[in-house]
Amino acid sequence: MERYAGLYSIVERYGGEPTALLQILRDAQEIEGWLPPATLTCLAQLLGVPRARVEGVAGFYSFLHLERAGRYRVLFSDNITDRMAGNIELLDHFCNRLWLERGKTSEDGLVLVDTTSCTGLCDQGPAILVNGWAIPRVTPERIDEIAVLIRSRIPVVNWPDGLFLIEDNIRCKDILLGSDLAPGAAIRATIAAGPLATLEAIQSSNLRGRGGAGYATGLKWQSCRNATGDLHYVVCNADEGEPGTFKDRVLLTRYADLVFEGMTVCAFVIGARKGFLYLRGEYRHLLGPLQEVLARRRADGLLGADICGQAGFGFDIEIHLGAGAYICGEESALIESLEGRRGIPRNRPPYPVTHGYLQQPTTVNNVETFCAAALIALRGGEWYGKIGTARSAGTKILSISGDCARPGIYEYPFGVTVRQVLQDCGAEHTQAVQISGPSGTCIDTTEFERCIAFEDLPTAGAFMVFDESRDLFEVARNFAHFFAHESCGFCTPCRVGTTLLCNVMDKIHRGMGSQHDLNQILRLNPVLQSSSHCGLGQTACNPLLDTIKRFRPAYERRLESLEFEPAFDLDGALERARTMTGREDAGAHLETDE
Amino acid sequence: MNAEADPPAFLLDGEEVPFEPGQTVIQAALAAGHYIPHLCYHPEFKPHGSCKVCTVEVNGRTAASCTMQAQAGMEVASKTEKLNKERQTLVQMLFVEGNHFCPSCEKSGSCLLQAVAYDLEMMSAELDHLFPNRPVDASHPDILLDFNRCILCELCVRASAEVDGKHVFALSGRGITKHLIVNAESRRLADTDIAATDKAMEVCPVGVILRKHVGFRVPIGARRFDQRPVSAQALEDAPRRPVIRREDST
Repeated sequence: MERYAGLYSIVERYGGEPTALLQILRDAQEIEGWLPPATLTCLAQLLGVPRARVEGVAGFYSFLHLERAGRYRVLFSDNITDRMAGNIELLDHFCNRLWLERGKTSEDGLVLVDTTSCTGLCDQGPAILVNGWAIPRVTPERIDEIAVLIRSRIPVVNWPDGLFLIEDNIRCKDILLGSDLAPGAAIRATIAAGPLATLEAIQSSNLRGRGGAGYATGLKWQSCRNATGDLHYVVCNADEGEPGTFKDRVLLTRYADLVFEGMTVCAFVIGARKGFLYLRGEYRHLLGPLQEVLARRRADGLLGADICGQAGFGFDIEIHLGAGAYICGEESALIESLEGRRGIPRNRPPYPVTHGYLQQPTTVNNVETFCAAALIALRGGEWYGKIGTARSAGTKILSISGDCARPGIYEYPFGVTVRQVLQDCGAEHTQAVQISGPSGTCIDTTEFERCIAFEDLPTAGAFMVFDESRDLFEVARNFAHFFAHESCGFCTPCRVGTTLLCNVMDKIHRGMGSQHDLNQILRLNPVLQSSSHCGLGQTACNPLLDTIKRFRPAYERRLESLEFEPAFDLDGALERARTMTGREDAGAHLETDE
Repeated sequence: MNAEADPPAFLLDGEEVPFEPGQTVIQAALAAGHYIPHLCYHPEFKPHGSCKVCTVEVNGRTAASCTMQAQAGMEVASKTEKLNKERQTLVQMLFVEGNHFCPSCEKSGSCLLQAVAYDLEMMSAELDHLFPNRPVDASHPDILLDFNRCILCELCVRASAEVDGKHVFALSGRGITKHLIVNAESRRLADTDIAATDKAMEVCPVGVILRKHVGFRVPIGARRFDQRPVSAQALEDAPRRPVIRREDST
């Protein structure tokens, strides 16, 4: 009965809407630290949906627990940059301090320790999440401090603020990070110019999406504006999950007004009355501050009814928190998640611009894209189009991490060379750079004159630097595990293929690999690439292929033999039997005549 | 409208395939007598395209033929060595993902996975087996669930929701841990409202959802795909395109 009352108030807070299921599950988990079977049953009854649907959704997201998970859930970010900073040693240290086994809730139900995908703190790693709250720069001393706090059963809200202090590390500013746009200025300019002229400015600016795919923003807005539907929606994709990317975190921390300004401009152009910001669960700490910004903008007449005094222009923004699923960065999976479902990418066409949120026309853009759109609305498309290269207009914000003296956020006009960036961030003895995360490209020293641009090295922002001391095989293996963990599991090639790739890489890592295993990777690649349902599976082999191509010795020196060798170890399998029978001779396993 | 006009058509492996607007490539192909290998597609349900075995090349780009809308003039390639090799790998992936021991399986001979594998001339699984731990659910008096053989086609999910109106089945988990669940807090089929007469009981292409007490009633050798290969039978199952005869139209 007590459970029912608690859940009832949560469901009521969200108007009893099944579309809010993910938010409801997040809140419900706060009660006991996990989602017991009875909780799922109760939620299904309250929402009037099948219980199996509730369990299906809860089981999809990493941060929702269907098994008892402990009062404290400590997740170590496991991007390659965290690895390089010693996260696994720290995790082991933590487990030793608290007598824990990784991945298993302690007997007393107090703690669960495990790893999680990149939490977007690569410039200040290794990082952890405790009950969803981010802690950067973890050291053995910090681990000891946290162990004491947990053992003393102090609630996370009462932990010292210093633990949660996250730095912006803005190192290089250009038009976007250097802008001092007054809240409302771009909206007023948009209202004054009218929706069509603003759309024309976005189109003439040649702005392309900053989330990775690089679709023309103006074309997207126009298609959405022209699509028929009862309601139109604006969605800001802040599910920044690509390992090594953290620029949206900084934009949402320091430039939230610019983001919301861009969304409001978009709403005016496409005729939307409602917008969503889909914030990745790892950025839980930004939820409060962002809601404060939204409240201030409402008070200032920049959101709500009759925005900036424009009669009839009403628009508001709701923040939707994710729960640990990289795939929700794919726009149609994001929309599924917004609707309270498992984050499975949809079959396309139809595209979100015509059939998006609740099958209504929806514009989904990246955080950085909305910022750029706000600047264009104010200063014009021509101004913006002149920045960058002929085919890549404007600037790009890079999230730089790994082996360099000054990791952080750098904004450059498109066309900047990799060499220039490496020099600026203080990278020395660089062996390789992973551009745009695991699904992007790994380049070596011969390619540092290449430039950041859609026509050469397109990127969503990640720029991970590896110096000569690093083992590129281990980099690729880390990425292979990332893809397997984040595959949504909808289609066969990605679901099974990413796990097979992991197993091959682990086998090579253990020194059990042979040429046959390298051939397996090359055989799986075309299947994943051509038949996967979405970009995750299509690009999952890239980090392996890139490193095999450029750093083949890193693989080959691990192989047992370059010739074919079976994985089965006959002597190993026979060892116990030999010990029992006392037979040490080579032919012991063969049948012999008495 | 010109009654004499030919129906729209596309080219499949060089042969003209007529279609009705709204049909997907596989629907039109099967109706016109052309087999495209498939597992999760079922003529009675809306295609969703998860197994990817029906992948074809459309104007040079790959797409699942069950979800790809047919369009006039498109050039589709299906019977190519490359595509059949990839299909074989996809089927092998499904074999190593679960625990499929054909010789001891009640569904052997009636199993679509097995039949498609034979049809694609798959000789062994080749890939390393994952050997997952998937306990069976024998709680129901009349129905056995053997999750070891599940290929996650979602046909039972779709049938239970769309035809039976019950939602007995759903999927939970993610990635390689994705799995079939039943609609009960106890996680036991016996505690759901499934009935032996449900559509969900009929659609499992492999040996997950089995009726108890009838095992091996039809001997191995006399079962469905023992008679003729799946490529022939799939065409008989497909809703046939009404034959349009020129002289009938006015």
